[in-house]
Amino acid sequence: MDYPGTGPLLLSLELAGITTAILLAIATPLAWWLSRTHSRFKVIMQVVVAMPIVLPPTVLGFYLLILLGPAGPLGRWWVDLTGSALTFSFTGLVIASCIYSLPFAVQPLQAAFESLDQRDLEAAWTLGATRRDAFFSVALPQSLPGYVGAAVLSFAHTLGEFGVVLMVGGNIPGETRVISIAIYDAVESLDYASAHSLSATLLAIAFAALLLMFLLNRHRPAHDQ
Amino acid sequence: MINNAGQRDIEFAYRLARGDFVLDARTELPMRGICGIFGRSGAGKTTLLRCLAGLEKPVEGRLNVAGEVWEDTPGGICRAVHERRIGYVFQEPRLFRHLDVSGNLDYAERRRRGPQALGRDRVVELLGLEALMGRRPGTLSGGEAQRVAIGRALLTAPEFVLMDEPLAALDQARREEILPFLDRLHAELSIPIVYVSHNVDEICRLCDFLVVLDGGRAVASGELQSVLVRGGLPVLSGRDAGSVVEARPEKYDADDDLTLVSFSGGRLWLPGRIAADARRIRLRIRASDVSLCRERPNDTTILNILPSTIRHIESGPNPSVLVHLTLGDDEILARVTRRSVRELKLSAGDAVLAQIKAAAVRYSPSS
Repeated sequence: MDYPGTGPLLLSLELAGITTAILLAIATPLAWWLSRTHSRFKVIMQVVVAMPIVLPPTVLGFYLLILLGPAGPLGRWWVDLTGSALTFSFTGLVIASCIYSLPFAVQPLQAAFESLDQRDLEAAWTLGATRRDAFFSVALPQSLPGYVGAAVLSFAHTLGEFGVVLMVGGNIPGETRVISIAIYDAVESLDYASAHSLSATLLAIAFAALLLMFLLNRHRPAHDQ
Repeated sequence: MINNAGQRDIEFAYRLARGDFVLDARTELPMRGICGIFGRSGAGKTTLLRCLAGLEKPVEGRLNVAGEVWEDTPGGICRAVHERRIGYVFQEPRLFRHLDVSGNLDYAERRRRGPQALGRDRVVELLGLEALMGRRPGTLSGGEAQRVAIGRALLTAPEFVLMDEPLAALDQARREEILPFLDRLHAELSIPIVYVSHNVDEICRLCDFLVVLDGGRAVASGELQSVLVRGGLPVLSGRDAGSVVEARPEKYDADDDLTLVSFSGGRLWLPGRIAADARRIRLRIRASDVSLCRERPNDTTILNILPSTIRHIESGPNPSVLVHLTLGDDEILARVTRRSVRELKLSAGDAVLAQIKAAAVRYSPSS
C-alpha cells in the first residue's frame, strides 16, 4: 500500500455503504409507520430515534459496548451463534453505526412520507393497486428526494463517526481502524502530513456528497402541481 | 331486495356518522347508462361515493353489485378498494406526477381487473388523448388532466365508473370542453356511470336515472324525467326546478336560424341549428322559463305556445308556486306567482296555454 490512508479510507467507505443500505431498509417501514400512525407510542418512538443526535457518542458507545460485549445480551447470543465476539469487529461496527446514524435516515424519509398526498394513494387503490403495490409504485417514487437525503446524510454521518467507533471497535487495522481513527492516530504521533491528507479526503467526500444531494433534489420540487 | 334474473343493479344501504353529519342512505341504482346523484353541498354525495368505492372507513352497511356481495359489515364481508371493479374519477384529476400521461394510462392498464372491454386505442380516441401522451401532469390544463383521469379510470376494466363532480373544479369554458366527451361516453359505451353533481343542468344533460340526496338521505330515485317533476322535493323545487323532455328535430329555418323540434306535447322552435343527424335530443325546460295564459295572446315575443292541462299545483313557502302541466305524454313545470294562480283561477284539470321561452331551452344529444 503506497498510501497509508487507503486501508482506513476503504474500510470507512465500506462501513458507510453497508450501514446506509441496511438503514434505508430499516428506516422505510419505521418512517412510514411514524408518518401514518396516531398511536400514543409515536412520540416515544420519535424520541428514541432522535436520541443519537443529542447523546455524546461516547455515551452511546459505552452502552453499545455493554450491549454488544461477550457478557451483554446481544453479544453473548452472537458468540453462541458464531463463536466470535461482536465488539472490536467490523460486524459490531456496522450494528453500532446503524444505531448511531438511524435518525439521519428516518427523519428525511418521515418528512417525505408526511408530505405525500394521501389522495394519490387513494387514486392508486381505485386503479387496482394493493396497499403494498401503491407504496412501491406511488409513495416510493414520489419520495425519491427523501431517499436521496436519507442516503447521503446516513453515509456522510457514518463516514465521520469517531467516538462510537473508538468505544465499540477500537483500533484494529483492516477490521475497525476507520479513517477518523487513523486521523486521530496520525495527530497523536505528530504525523501532520498524514493527518492533513486524510482530513482533506474526508472533507472532499463530505462536500461532494452534500453537493450531490442538493443537485439531485434541486429539480425535483415535492409538488409540481 | 332480490335481484331478478338478468337484472343488474347496484343496491346499497350505508350508515355512518361523522361529527354532526349522518349519512343514512339506501337505494338501488341501475347498472346502465348514467345515474346521477344530486344534492346540495353537504348532502353526503361524496361520502356516499367513497362508501361505494370502499374508501370511507369505518362504515356500516351493505353493497350488492349485480347480485354479488361486495360489502356486508354485519356479515363481516368487506372487499378492499383494489378488489372492487370500479373506476373512480375524483373532483381533482389526481394524476401521478412522477409519470407522464402515457405512464398514468399504463398504470391503470397493468392493474386492470378483468378482460378489457375497451381497448386503449379506443379510450385514447374517445377522449382525444393522443396529443397529450408524452406530457407531464403539471403541464396539462385542468380540462386535459380530467380527460386523462377519465381515460385512466376506464382502462381498469371497471364494472362501473364513479364520477365525483368531475367538472366542479373547472371554469365554464373548460366544462363546455369536457361535456361533449362525456356525451360521447354516454352514447358509445356500455359502462354504467354513477355521476355525482350539484349542478342540475349537468345532471339533466347527462343522466338517465336520478337519485336525490338531502341531509344524508336518499329522498328520491327513479328515471330522470319522472324524478324532476315528482314534486315535494325541496332541492328540486327552488331555482333549479324544471323538466326534461325528449324531442326530435324536424326542420331548420335558415332565415331566422331556428330549428323546429317535436315532442309528445307539440312542436317548439329553438334557436340555432340542430344537426340533422341528431335523431333525438333532450330538452331542458326550466320552470322559470314557462308562463301560463288562459287565451292565446295577440302580441307576444314568445314563439312557443302549447296547449296543456294542469295536473297539480304545488305550493310551497315561497310567493311563487310550481304548476305541473301535462303535454301529451310529457310533463313540464311552470313557476307562477300565487297572485296569478288566484287571478286566473287556476286549478287542477284546467286547460291552459303554456308559453315556453325558446331562447332559454337547453338541448343536448340524447342516447
